[in-house]
Parts: sequence; structure tokens; C-alpha cells
Amino acid sequence: MKTSLLRDRRLLPYVLIAPALVILAVFYLYPIGYNAVLSVFSWDLRGPMTFVGFGNFAELFTDPDFGKVVQNTLVYMGMEVSLVMIFGLILALFLNRQGWLSEFLQGVSFAPNVIALVSVSLIFVWLMDDDIGLFNQMLGAIGVEPVGWLSDTDVALFSLVLVSVWKSVGLNALIILSALQSIPGYLFEAADLDNASAWTRFRKITIPMISPTLFFLVLVNVIGSFQAFDTINVMTQGGPQSSTNTLIFSVYREGFEYYRVGYAAAIAVVLMVLVGLITVLYFRAFQKRVHYR
Amino acid sequence: MTTTIAPPAPPASAKNSRQSGDGNSPPSPPTLRGVTPRVGATLWKVVRVIARIVISLALVLVFAGPFYWMVLTAFQTASEALSIPPQFWVDSLRWDNFVAAFDRVNFGHFALNSAIVTGGTLLGQFLIIVPAAYAFARFQFKGRDVLFGVVLATMMIPGQLIFLPVFAMYAKMGLLNTHLSLILPFIASGFGIFLLRQTFMRVPDSLIEAARLDHASEFTIIRRIMLPLAKPTIVTIGLITFIGTWNNYFFPLVWTTTDAVRTLPVAIPRLEALDEIAPTIVMAGNMLLVVPILIVFLLARRHIISAFTYTGVK
Repeated sequence: MKTSLLRDRRLLPYVLIAPALVILAVFYLYPIGYNAVLSVFSWDLRGPMTFVGFGNFAELFTDPDFGKVVQNTLVYMGMEVSLVMIFGLILALFLNRQGWLSEFLQGVSFAPNVIALVSVSLIFVWLMDDDIGLFNQMLGAIGVEPVGWLSDTDVALFSLVLVSVWKSVGLNALIILSALQSIPGYLFEAADLDNASAWTRFRKITIPMISPTLFFLVLVNVIGSFQAFDTINVMTQGGPQSSTNTLIFSVYREGFEYYRVGYAAAIAVVLMVLVGLITVLYFRAFQKRVHYR
Repeated sequence: MTTTIAPPAPPASAKNSRQSGDGNSPPSPPTLRGVTPRVGATLWKVVRVIARIVISLALVLVFAGPFYWMVLTAFQTASEALSIPPQFWVDSLRWDNFVAAFDRVNFGHFALNSAIVTGGTLLGQFLIIVPAAYAFARFQFKGRDVLFGVVLATMMIPGQLIFLPVFAMYAKMGLLNTHLSLILPFIASGFGIFLLRQTFMRVPDSLIEAARLDHASEFTIIRRIMLPLAKPTIVTIGLITFIGTWNNYFFPLVWTTTDAVRTLPVAIPRLEALDEIAPTIVMAGNMLLVVPILIVFLLARRHIISAFTYTGVK
């Protein structure tokens, strides 16, 4: 009786975790390997698969457009992450007080985060319309030339960044805010005794104390930026002239519009390597954060 | 409830929060004597209050403005939407755009799919992650830490990077265009297991020992002790999953080839084709996607915000 119970208790945990592990293995671990396999084949989703070795990669790295796509991806990342962090921090500082007004503004600035990015994209396509959009109408009212938000090759990528920042800045601000509010009050009391200026207190106490959170958010936002798809697909389709074509969008387009699955998989491998590098950092940040708490 | 996982509570004293590294409210410098500094301080205070009001209004405009514009356009005729200067109000609520949207897109079909996929994901996730989190939290077994490491590692793999091989897998297994294909990958959420495990670990050993003495089965322990104590965490995970799944556009788009199981977010952008000059019908359709989530948000605002800010993910 007792031994069978013991044996049960030894097996039981494996039974309990098995379904979760099987699904994670099938849908996360195996596909990484399978994607690598696909990347050395030529395949149109229907016909037979032909082995092409590193042909897809050779084509990829000789394609002049691919450099542009990588550049777009990195520029998007740089702009998105820095704007979200800067505005997130400013907003958090502004919201850092008690009272109904702050509470209300927290809700308002967070609201875009629960809305589908597709919906947000559709709204901004309308706001950013060249001729009839509200943005250009308002600019016109104060005598500024209309901006080709989504039609100017120099501006379109930035417009997508703006939409993404608008959607996620509230979330980032509130995460920073909770870090701000967990700074022990005695640190500031000590600074007050030393007659430290507001700027000194900010630089010497606030920033160091919330730096684990900031570091963590930067990495989360970097990884998130690589996955930006909805805005691109709804607002620009990678245009004008590929100026908003990113790695993830290329994978989609090559795979599902041109049916070049092997080639798309090769792009995905490049993207995975990029994200993998950052994942290492992310892991460290995560450990650090848990430790910090 | 000691086992609740919640974001760090703000310090209770008002003094703390006033002083929490906020550049906007420097403490008034200690003045030893004199009346003039006091007048200056009062003036400074007035300026600050006015600045606060202006900034607050600007924030409301920036974050709520686009939603207002969507609602406004949805009730306008094309010519009203196009008018220069822009109209910021409608004289009467016209439902034509909604009727047009309903005429062309079978919203019932897509909304049902959204409900099935969202409900299925929530239910499946509950059934999968509760036992897994319980085992990781409460059992000593060989390979536990390695396996938990694997679970954590999958959290770092953005699902969007592996849609292509998964699509190929589905094609071979004949799973394309099934609700299951949009549910299965998301029910073993590594993040959910991680969060729930932490909660389970905080349940006092004495409670479980007492239950074991009463010969309670593991199932009973989970149902009677673990789940009630972990309720806030489960609600947190559920809210995040609900919002993420309901809003998802990418996977229903790329893992399907027909409309059979596609969801609302895939259907709405199609309305763009109906609008010739101004996106009045798109905005009407868009409201159908936005308003339910906004209502949920208004009802459970505090809980949603604390769920998302605790996790810091997505």
C-alpha cells in the first residue's frame, strides 16, 4: 500500500507536467528546428520540396533589398524603443502622485494597450491620410505643409513607430510608475536633509533605483519591436517602396504571398539569430529583476 | 489573502508618494525668514497647477482623441467626414454605416469564431497550466529544474517567429482551418505556468499536510486549497489571455486559408474595400471590435492594469 503510493507520487509530477511540456515542445521547440530545415529547401507549399543547401541564404545576402529590410528593422527598433522609454519615463513621473486625476489619467493612457493593434492601425490610417486626414488638416490650420505620413518614404516608418509608441507608452509608464512607488521614502528624506536639488535626487536616487525595471523594459520592447506586423500589414503593406518592409513582414510576404517558403524560412533564421542574441540579455535581465525583488 | 501575487503596493504614506523621485514637485526650499519667498512660492504653485491642468488635458486629447475620432466617423456620412474644416460633432446618430458593415461582412460568423477561439484558449490554458504549475511548485522530482528552465525558455521565443514552420506542420497534419489550430499553441503558456507556480509555492505547507492527513487526493488539494488561494493570479492570467486572444490578428490571418475559422480582427480591415472616399464603414465595423474590450476595461480597470504592469510582458 505504502510503496504503491510512493511510486504514484514519483510518477505523478511527470503526468501533471506532460501535457504542458508536449505542447511547448511541439509548438515552440520543434518549429525552430523545422524552420532551419525548411530554410535549406525550395518549396511552394504545394509541390515537392527540393534541397538547395545554402542557396536561399546566398540569394538572401546578395539581394540588395535585404540590407534595406534589416536596416528598416533596426531603425524601427531604435526609434520605437527609445521613444517608448523616454515618453514612458516622463509620463510615469507626471503620474506619480495620489488622487483621482492621476488615477483617471493612468486609465486613459493605458486604454490603447487593451485595444487590438488592428483597430488602432485602422484609426491611424484615417488620421494620417494625406489629403483628408485630421493630422494634415490640423497642420494646415496652423500653416504647415501636409506631411506624407504613410506615403513619404522618409516618414512612413516613423509613422508606424508613432502608432506603436502611442499604443504601448501607457503600459510602459505604469510599469515604471510602480517601480517609482516602491522606492523607499527614507532615501528621499536623507536627500532632503542634504538639501539635494530635484535634479540631483532624480539622477542619484530615482534613476538608480528604477534601473532594473528600465533595463527589463528596454529588452521587452526590443523583442516586441521585432514582431511588429499588424501596423505594417494594415497601414503600409511594407511600402512605399519597401520603406516599411521589415524582417517579420518579409517572412510573411515571401512565404504567404510569393509562396517561397524556403526563402522565407531563411529570413526567419536570420531574425531568430538576432532575437536569440537579445534573448540571452533578456534572460540575464529577468534573473536580475527577480533577484532585485 | 497572503498568497495573492500583486504588483508592489504603493507606499501607504502620502509623504512617500509625493517624494518618490518626482521632478515636478520639489520640496519648497527651507526659508529662514522673509515674506517675499512665500509670495514667490504661492505664484510658483499657481503656475504648477495650471501646467498640470494643461498637460492633463493634452494627455486626454492624445490618448482618447483617436477613439473619439473613430466613433465620430462611424456616425458620419462620407461628406461630413470629408468636410473642411473638420466637423467635431454629429447632429444626429446615423446608423447607416453599421448597417452597411453588417450587410457585407458576416459578423456573426467571425464573432462566433472569436468567441470559440478565445473561450477555448482560456479553458485549455486552465486545464493545462494548473496541474503543471502545481507539479513544479509542490513536487521534488528528477529533472524538475531543467524542465522548468525549458518552460521559461519558451517564454522567450516570440511566437511570431515560428508561424511558418507551424503552418507547414498544420498543412501536413490536416489541421489547417480548424479552431484547434488557433487554440493549441497557446494553452501551455510558459508565462502562466511561471506565474501560477510562484503563487502555489507561497501556499503554507501546513495546509497541504493537514489535507494529506485527511487522505485528500492531489486533485482535491488542487481544487479545495490551491485554486481558491490562487484565484487572483488565475484571474490575472485569464485577463491577459482574453485580451491577447480576442485582439489577435496575426495568427488567425497566417494560419488559415479560408474564412471558416477566422476571427473578427481579420474581418474588420476588409471593410476598407467598401469605403470609397472616407472610412466611415470601416470605423463603424472597428467599433464592434473596440467597444466590447473597452467596456471590459472600464469594468475591470484596476485589475487589468495591475495584471499587465505586474507582468511587464506584452
